[in-house]
Formats: sequence, C-alpha cells, structure tokens
Amino acid sequence: MSQSSHQHGHPGDFKPRADAALRNPKIRQNFRQAMDGLMSKRKAAFADWDLEALRTLGANIRLRALVQLPELLEQLEARLTANGIQVHWANDGAEACRIVRDICVARDAKRVIKGKSMVSEEMDLNHYLDAQGIEALESDLGEYIVQLAEETPSHIIMPAIHKNTADITDLLHAKTGTERFPDVEYLTASARKQLREKFAQADVGISGVNFAVAETGTLCLVENEGNGRMTTTVPPCHIAVTGIEKVVARLEDVAPLLALLTRSATGQPITTYVNMISRPRQPDELDGPEAVHLVLVDNGRSSIYQDDQLLDTLRCIRCGACMNHCPVYTRIGGHAYGTTYPGPIGKILMPQLLGLTETADLPSASSLCGACAEVCPVRIPIPDLLVRLRQEAVDGDQQHPAIVRGHGSKRNRWEALAWQGWRLMHTSPTLYRLGTRLAARLRRLQPVRFGGWTDHRSAPKLAARSLHARMRERQP
Amino acid sequence: MADPVKVYPAKPDKVYFFATCLIDLFYPEAGLAGIQLLEREGIEVLFPQGQTCCGQPAYTSGYHDEARAVAAAQLNLFPADWPIVVPSGSCGGMMRTHYPALFRDTPHQAAAERVAARVLELTDFLLNVCHIQLQDLGEPDTVAMHTSCSARRELGLAGVGPALLGQLKQVTVVDPARAEECCGFGGTFAVRHPQISGALVSDKTDALVATGARGFVTTDCGCLMNIAGHAEKADKAIVGEHILSYLWQRTGGESPP
Repeated sequence: MSQSSHQHGHPGDFKPRADAALRNPKIRQNFRQAMDGLMSKRKAAFADWDLEALRTLGANIRLRALVQLPELLEQLEARLTANGIQVHWANDGAEACRIVRDICVARDAKRVIKGKSMVSEEMDLNHYLDAQGIEALESDLGEYIVQLAEETPSHIIMPAIHKNTADITDLLHAKTGTERFPDVEYLTASARKQLREKFAQADVGISGVNFAVAETGTLCLVENEGNGRMTTTVPPCHIAVTGIEKVVARLEDVAPLLALLTRSATGQPITTYVNMISRPRQPDELDGPEAVHLVLVDNGRSSIYQDDQLLDTLRCIRCGACMNHCPVYTRIGGHAYGTTYPGPIGKILMPQLLGLTETADLPSASSLCGACAEVCPVRIPIPDLLVRLRQEAVDGDQQHPAIVRGHGSKRNRWEALAWQGWRLMHTSPTLYRLGTRLAARLRRLQPVRFGGWTDHRSAPKLAARSLHARMRERQP
Repeated sequence: MADPVKVYPAKPDKVYFFATCLIDLFYPEAGLAGIQLLEREGIEVLFPQGQTCCGQPAYTSGYHDEARAVAAAQLNLFPADWPIVVPSGSCGGMMRTHYPALFRDTPHQAAAERVAARVLELTDFLLNVCHIQLQDLGEPDTVAMHTSCSARRELGLAGVGPALLGQLKQVTVVDPARAEECCGFGGTFAVRHPQISGALVSDKTDALVATGARGFVTTDCGCLMNIAGHAEKADKAIVGEHILSYLWQRTGGESPP
C-alpha cells in the first residue's frame, strides 16, 4: 500500500501529534466550532424522521450488500460493461495507481482534474501521477485548499476544516496571487475562477463513488459544488475509483442511504448535486465523456471481509458523523491520526488496512463513550470493534485468536504480567479480601502520583474500610 | 438490530447487590447509601461476599482471557432468581451487554446469559422497578447531573438520574453545556492517553462549573473520580458526589460514619 510518510505523517507518531494538537489553540477552536455546528445541523435534519428505523434500514441494506459482495461485484461489472463502462480491478493502492496511469498514458493525457475521493487519498494518487509527469488538480474547494497547502485532508467530508478564513486568505494569496481579502464569498469566487479554466483544459476527470448499484450498473456521486458534475462530464474521459465495499444491490437501496448520508454528514436533506452515472456519451448526446472507467480497489478490504465481526467495518458509507461527534477527534483534529481516514472510523479501519504494528495506539485512543456508534447511520458498533482491535493488539484472547496483521505487536510482558496479577487477585475472594484490607491499612502511604492520571487529577483516595468490610459488620 | 425493549420485573422481595470494585475500595459510602435506599423500599439486599470486579478493566484493555476469568468468578454468586442491581452504568453495562459475547461458546455461556438478563443499574431499578417516591428534606440546592456514557448510551438511562433528582422539591437541576459529551474517564484510556483524557475532563469540569451549580452528581464512580479529582487538582469550584449518596442524604438518611 502506498501510504507514504511524506503525505500523512505516521500513525506511529499518534501520541506526540495528538499532544501537540491539544496544545494548539487554533486547532482546538477550529474543530470545536466546526463540530458543534455539524452536530446541531445533523440533529435538526433528522428532527422529523424516525431516525432509529431509518438507521436500521440503512444497516440492513449495507449488511445485505456485504453478504452478497462477490456476486454483486460480478453483477456490477457485467452491467457496467454492458453499458460501455470499462471495469478494472486493483488489489492494492499501487496497482490502482498504475491502472489510472495506464489509462492516462493511452490517451496521452497530461492534465487531470479531480473530484473528491478518499480512496484516491488512500492510493496517494496525486503524488504518484505527479511523479509520472501527469498533473492532477483537486477541484473540490476543500481538497483544492489542502492541495495548495501541500497537506492532507483532516476530515473525510470537509478536508480543510482545520483552516479558518484567515488561513485560507493567506494561502490563496501566497499560492495563487488572490488578493488578501478575508471574505468567504470572495475567496470562493477566486478559486472558482482558477478552477474553471482547468476543467476545460483537463484530459481526464477522476472522481470517487458514493454507491455503485449492481442491478443497474449506476455510479452515484453526491457533491455540493458542481465540481463533481464538471469532473465527470467535461473532460473526454472519466475515471471513477472506489473501494469494493461501496456496492449496493438495487437502485431502490440508494434512496434511504442517500437520506442518511447527507443528513448525517452535513445536515443537508440532499446535496446540491446528485450524479447518477450509467454510461459514456452516446452518439445522440451533446455532452459527457466518450470513455468511462471504474477502478475497483481492494487494498485490504477483502481480508477484512473474511471475519464476521470485522466485516461490520465495511458497512461504512463515509458520512463522517462519527468524527463530528467524537470528543477525541474534536480536540485533536484529523492530522494527529496520521492516517487517510481519521476519527472513530479511521481507528477501526486503518489498523485493519495497515496492520496493527504501526497503528496500535489508535484503537486505545478512545474512552469508548459510544457517541460514534450512536450516530452511525448504518449502526457500525465502533466501540465493540475498538475493543476487538485492542484485544488483537495484545493477543489477549485464547478463545478467539487474533487475525489482524501485526496482532500481538502491542503485547508487553510487564503489562501482561500485571493483568495476570490482577486476575489472581480478583478470582480469589480470599486474596481480594486480604489485598484490599492491606491496601486500606497502608493507604496513608499511597503514592500521590499515578502515571498520567495525576497530571490532571488528584489521586483517588482509598476508603478506610471497604464496602465488603462494612457489610460483614452489618450482616454478622 | 435496534435495542430490544427492556421489560422490567415486578418489584421483588430481595435483590443481589454487586457493588463494583471502585465503590468497594474508594466510595463504599455510595454503595451503602444505595443499599439503604433499597432497604427503605422494603427490599432485602443480599451482598455476596465473594464478589470482586466485573472484569471490565481487562476487557476494555484487550486482555480478554483475564477479563473472562474474573467475570467467571462472579457468575455463581447469584444462585437464586433475584435481580442483580449494580450502582454503576459502566459495570452494569459490562455485565448486561458484554457478558453474553465474552462467554459465547464457552462452558459459562448459559450462566453468563442468566446473570446478564437480571442485571439492572441501581437508579434505573429504584425509578422503574421500585417506583420510588423521594421526600426531599434538605435545604435548597442546585446541582448538575452528569450521566455516564455507559448509562446514557449502553443502557439507555439518560432520563433516569434527572427524573430522580426531579422528585427532590428543594433541588434545582441544571444541565451543563454539551451534557452528552464524555468526561474523558474511559478506564485505562485515562492512563494510556493522559493528555487527551485531561483535555476532556478539563472541558467537562469547566462546563459543570459554568452552570453555577454547587455540585454535580453522577451515576458512575469512574466519572466521579475523574471530574472531582480534576476539580480538586485544578482548583475548580465544584464538588462531586455519587447520586445514591445524594439521594440518601436529601431524604433523611444519615451520612455513613
């Protein structure tokens, strides 16, 4: 996989990055403000809906699609091919990059315009194409900003959410000569003007996919800026890239998922543009690309698919609600994670895609508060999956041996020994009674510092007599 | 896939009391208050002396063999068919929602399911099984309610604490901003990621202070230890108490010695 270190930092550096973000008042303020807004918009958008019933429907649609994933993918390929869309399969990000390059080379394409695609971030496609002498320009405003800043998205829906208007004013001035006028409309109009010419010049448009419908061979793409429509219709060739899990069985499955996706993501009843792409331009049509390709990217997904519990990870429809509601994400922002997908979904997905050796600090960075699972439109039990990955990281369960790549990498003999001691103490009522009595006797000798706990809190104070002891006195 | 509808039992003559290790060692007076509230409702409280810990610390840390061994040691403490009341949403959630999965396909599966099905969080039990009517005998007071994430989300008890406090005529209950946000405890999370946890507890404590309440009450000792410990260390003007201690004292119960 092409998770290059220059692009994303490194998930192994999670702790120092998170600590640095916590000390950065701008990050704290930008994310808090943005997440508060997104949470209240989502809440308002679902106010008149039977949300729990809709979430159950969404979960079942995704689950049913995953259960039949191999068959649906074959059906999707057959329908798309019949419609004139060429289908390509990529085992990993590197192969997907090569497929995109080969399509570009065959067309002698030098300029690519891109719509938003997190899978292309996963592939590190822009850097790859750049090294091949092909210019890839992001056309989603947030992605455009992130690309100009030579950064990565800090949120899967709002890639530049870590920047405020002042930051963007400075950036556009430095990189494009836009006047320093910190007004959102002015800045947007300026970016729009820059991008407009690029659409006309582009040889190829690359986009992501929100849902791929197997029954009809339709690629659904939602967006708010019209850049997705432009990317997929103006250049003579359109390449869509998507993870293999994005397939759904029927066209009628799209409506409930769409209702959930846009409300969960941004609180919108519908996005400004909903693109349903089913074939290249036909002889009697005036516009649209003459060639359409779909690159289906596995990149670790089929190994997630092998496990009944981990499979739930693949239900995700990438709305970002889990990060919007995550108290940890809200405080450290997206870049601290050092992974393509940040936040709760990133904490369960990335260790499975990259292996646990580099990512073992991600699943533990959660209080398991459950806010993510509560809002997930397809009911992914994220806390349960976090606990599963913690178990995998320490090889902690003989009943269910670990299977994720890099499992056991976080196992530390001293911690394992401490838990064995804990087990001994708590499986023997006699040892527990003696131990707690001894601790109570010696409580004045209790240390005033307890690792990281006392950085922010006073040490807890042992009671003079345990409840066990008091109850023995009450119940002779 | 949606949460099943919870069916409450009829008010029983007896209950088993599973105290939790935090109550046992750090907040026994909260446990005692809970027991006395139950006894005042005419319920005989059975306290199995063999109880230790529900196993949650090892479970959420990934050490499931150790968690299973400790949890298994609790399964035989409740032989009769009485409800098992737990003065904690977190430990109650562990026993009610995670025991069945933890013991699936093991010899303890049936025993674990029998325990899980009888577990009720204590404030939930007082409100919805005992239909408790609290007579407030205290001076006017203003408190903020902090419901733990496990009580709120895992057990669906967000309304229970406020409903109980609402019965206290002299008590004004105030809601902190972002009431549903986590306080940052999360068990070993607070030690593994102390700076993130510290940021959460600092914000939570500030929100509680901003309500102007004299103190806050909570269903869970983890949150209590976290928030009150932070308020003490950072010298923030709020004190914390377990909701059971508060309810007991407001309604004429003696403070434990």
